[in-house]
Amino acid sequence: MADHHPTGIKRWLFTTNHKDIGSMYLWFSFIMFFIGGAMAMVIRAELYQPGLQFVEPNFFNQMTTMHGLIMVFGAVMPSMVGLANWLIPMQIGAPDMALPRMNNWSFWILPFAFTLLLSSLFMEGGAPNFGWTFYAPLSTTYGPPSTDFFILGVHMMGISSIMGAINVIVTVFNMRAPGMTLMKMPLFVWTWVITAFLLIMVMPVLAGAVTMMLTDRHFGTSFFDAAGGGDPVMFQHIFWFFGHPEVYIMILPAFGVASEIIPAFARKKLFGYASMVYATASIALLSFIVWAHHMFTVGMPLAGELFFMIATMLIAVPTGVKVFNWVATMWKGSMTFETPMLFAIAFVILFTIGGFSGVMLAMAPVDFQYHDTYFVVAHFHYVLFPGAIFGTTAAVYYWLPKWTGKMYNEKMGKIHFWWSMIAVNLTFFPMHFSGLAGMPRRIPDYNMMFADFNQLASIGAFALGLSQLFFLFIVIKTIRSGKKSEDKPWDGATGLEWDKLPCPAPYHTFDTPPKVD
Amino acid sequence: MSTETKEKYEKYYVPEQSPWPIVGAIGLFLLAFGGGNFIQQTTGKYGNEGSWGWLIFLVGLSIILYMMWSWWRDTVRESMGGLYSSQMDRSFRQGMLWFITSEVMFFAAFFGGLFYARTMVMPWLGGEGNNAMTHALLWPEFIPSWPMVETPAGDTTTAMGAFGLPAINTAILLTSSWTLTIAHHALIKGNRNTLINYTVITALLGVIFLCLQAYEYYEAYHHMGLTLGSGIYGSTFFMLTGFHGLHVTIGTIFLIVLSIRCASGHFKPENHFAFEAGAWYWHFVDVVWLFLFIFVYIL
Repeated sequence: MADHHPTGIKRWLFTTNHKDIGSMYLWFSFIMFFIGGAMAMVIRAELYQPGLQFVEPNFFNQMTTMHGLIMVFGAVMPSMVGLANWLIPMQIGAPDMALPRMNNWSFWILPFAFTLLLSSLFMEGGAPNFGWTFYAPLSTTYGPPSTDFFILGVHMMGISSIMGAINVIVTVFNMRAPGMTLMKMPLFVWTWVITAFLLIMVMPVLAGAVTMMLTDRHFGTSFFDAAGGGDPVMFQHIFWFFGHPEVYIMILPAFGVASEIIPAFARKKLFGYASMVYATASIALLSFIVWAHHMFTVGMPLAGELFFMIATMLIAVPTGVKVFNWVATMWKGSMTFETPMLFAIAFVILFTIGGFSGVMLAMAPVDFQYHDTYFVVAHFHYVLFPGAIFGTTAAVYYWLPKWTGKMYNEKMGKIHFWWSMIAVNLTFFPMHFSGLAGMPRRIPDYNMMFADFNQLASIGAFALGLSQLFFLFIVIKTIRSGKKSEDKPWDGATGLEWDKLPCPAPYHTFDTPPKVD
Repeated sequence: MSTETKEKYEKYYVPEQSPWPIVGAIGLFLLAFGGGNFIQQTTGKYGNEGSWGWLIFLVGLSIILYMMWSWWRDTVRESMGGLYSSQMDRSFRQGMLWFITSEVMFFAAFFGGLFYARTMVMPWLGGEGNNAMTHALLWPEFIPSWPMVETPAGDTTTAMGAFGLPAINTAILLTSSWTLTIAHHALIKGNRNTLINYTVITALLGVIFLCLQAYEYYEAYHHMGLTLGSGIYGSTFFMLTGFHGLHVTIGTIFLIVLSIRCASGHFKPENHFAFEAGAWYWHFVDVVWLFLFIFVYIL
């Protein structure tokens, strides 16, 4: 099999290879992860003690806004697309993604979109400062001039995401090797195809929302202006119609990763494969009818509160099915605890904590207490950091030998795991308490009574930041001087990428489709 | 490798390197950067002085157009060169269908805004639900009615009637879908003259539609006082019909290109993805218009 690949800068600029594009996505998201992480450090440094220490309130707001936007659109989403690019063609026995040139366009839009977004930090009036949810009228009437570039940046990210999603969905439906029926696909592929569906459905709605913002700001429309017959709350409805599926877009691929890794290290087949598929699909469908649980306090009619509360709590059912299945997979398995497995188990436990606090937030009457407090911050960081990001981290450790042909240092991996595990809980667990006690989110200063919890969270955050630098070090060390990996470093691993391909995977794989029994 | 299947499969064409994606990304960046500055410089809202925004915008636009031209030229050449398998054809078809789905959702955002404004916001501004005080304190004069010809702030405008020009435009678009279907059937039957004639007629109907819509906009702005700034009625009216008009423009360009390609004999009865994609797109634009006609003009 020819392993010839182009060299030099053109290889990366002009590539049509899913592995190259996957690597670029992963590195891009890693860089964005550190930029967004640096902003988190600014936030936590400021919040280390009450009073204003390091930054102006307006700059603090810019940091929370940019941290959220960069982590959501720059770190988590591209990392998942990177995994999809690397893994889906190999897992379904396809020679590449279905539309390779469009694939490259999807990627290359991102660096430019984020250049535009990040450049807003240096514009007059500063970067967007209205929170990553950019509620009107903060973002329309009161938004800084850079808001317009934020809007156009979001348009570019949307174009990128939609094209990426179309590519995934078409690849899965049209490129599977003969015999790879839908219900034989690895769960990572299943979760991604459902994610892609969500992306195609909601990214255009986000584009619509920011377009209305742009016309409200400059062309006199009144979508979000009550004086003209519009409504700022309408912005929230449109935004969260995108926003809620968006949070599943970030977590579903991580579900898929856990569903690959846990069986491999429990040395058992995944428990309840079909129910996993149906549960994922149910979560995705339900995600379209729960959006207003983010806005229980805006003054919705009672019927609306009830509907969105009940629909939201319904999501706990398929999610419970998934957690049950992961635990049942481990039940009586011959388990070993290599780094990917550790991250996957931590994912299950900590994501479940985030899920529980989600059920608490879903209850409209008590949400009036929790709304816009640090409890919400704790909740979504529990599903995003030990959820989505631990999922990606587990995937990186698990598939790094497949990508690079090198094995990471297990001892370092374990140190990284325990370091992150302790730090992530130290950072985010105290936020539950400060939130329940009433500390509002997105403020640079706070009452003395919250000082202890905030100091703990800040110490945890600095440790967490360092642990991720250590992760970067491990990855680079593996690539440069890691031990050569066997073709199948995990004896319990299954799937075409492990069974039929060597480590590292050749530049072109499955030019002729493999036989799947 | 020993794992390869014995049966013979059509090879899936994975294209060699291509410069167009990165060129397109640069074009988009310049389009956005220039466009943002252009908007700010035009409205003068932020003291963003200068008048160079439009220049960068145009450079970006030219790069995008050049990219599209070149990328599609490559694709057409590869397709004519027989590099594409039937599996590849399915990729294109599915890709196009999902793209149209995403377009549907883009319009759904604006339709959602329209429905929400009409059925929820308007009665609330009039004091319904628990909003009696909002009404009494902020806009006691406001009388909810749709089309909202007087906003809470007191701006007035005129409503656009449904059964003049818009009805004619509806007939034109419906006819164009019909003529395009005739062209498609002719393509399948190998009847080239009918194919070319009816594709050209469809494109012409698209042009007529656009001219009439331009006239409608002119009337709205100059004689009816209906503008983007006329409250939520004007906002939804112009954003919905405007984005639809943009899509008709794209569809018409698509049809013109298809006409040229039909005349050059690019399409075969069994292999004409581009034509079908154009037809799907045109029908999509048509269906969106029907929704517009009902919800923006009639109701």
